[in-house]
Amino acid sequence: MTAVTATCETCPAYNAAALKKLGVQVEAADYIIALAGNPNTGKSTVFNALTGLRQHVGNWAGKTVSRAEGAFRFNDKKYKVIDLPGTYSLLSTSVDEEIARDFILFGQPSVTVVVVDATRLERNLNLALQILQITDRVVVALNLMDEAERHGIQIDVRHLSRKLGVPVVPMVARKMQGVPELLQAIEQVATGAYVTRPYRIRQYDERLEQAVQTLVEAIHAEYPDLPNARWVALRLLDGDASIEQAIREGRLGDLTRNNEPGVIALEAVS
Amino acid sequence: MNTQTLDQLQIGQKAVVKRLSVDGINRRRLMDLGILPGTQLQAEMRSPLGDPVAYRVRGALIALRREQAQQIEIDLIEGEE
Repeated sequence: MTAVTATCETCPAYNAAALKKLGVQVEAADYIIALAGNPNTGKSTVFNALTGLRQHVGNWAGKTVSRAEGAFRFNDKKYKVIDLPGTYSLLSTSVDEEIARDFILFGQPSVTVVVVDATRLERNLNLALQILQITDRVVVALNLMDEAERHGIQIDVRHLSRKLGVPVVPMVARKMQGVPELLQAIEQVATGAYVTRPYRIRQYDERLEQAVQTLVEAIHAEYPDLPNARWVALRLLDGDASIEQAIREGRLGDLTRNNEPGVIALEAVS
Repeated sequence: MNTQTLDQLQIGQKAVVKRLSVDGINRRRLMDLGILPGTQLQAEMRSPLGDPVAYRVRGALIALRREQAQQIEIDLIEGEE
């Protein structure tokens, strides 16, 4: 694929040729994209920029949390986009956070796009780093770059990307700036053309590692196909009641039983 | 030296978080709000009934109830004992 230059970006033909917004047609997709981010980061604006203004809005099964889906076609592949609830964290206990967490963990999206507010980067990186703990396939959309500039904030995007180990795309989603670059980054991570090296916090001690190992083996014995068994083990050690309950009731397997994960997986959790 | 907690901070005063004396979900919640040992805080506003109080934390205003603020041990910054 040829590199996108600044002039390509502003040329309407570029977008029109490669990106086809599919709005509500969300059947069979080649890739599933999860859209995560803190509240008020322009997540919905990014969602609309990718899928067009129309979106299918419903509820997450069994929850009173709205769920938006859309789709787009890019370079002959069809992408389904799931807009996750805006959250500050994946580790507390609100329903929103549980939905976002379960989808990223067990829905196994091809790519998780984390939309972050460039004017409040420190605050927003909390969620981004938590997501990097549980999935390799991440693209960071650094939105609201125009506001950051207005506040005199400069961000070394390349350095940030190197530190996080995933693509970081500066954007002004409201003005469609950075959308072609975001599409390229999504494609590259989805196809594996871009090999991510997500930043992981490793400061566990020997005793903890042993406890995790013991639990991971037990979890795998019961649920051989479960991704992220290590994360589940850590949550158990942390005393996460919702995970404990899921295991006790034998629902952990439901999370991954279906091949068209995302959607159905979450219905099983409710 | 007696231990001070965040609820004792007067409006306008600044402090650094020394320790979070709370576990589990509530500890996690405070950390997700950006409140960790070493974080600087300033009391900015008090609600009419005195509770909750809004604190400036890493560029955002965050309102905490007294019982939450009592779980945050602090060191006062400059002067005012």
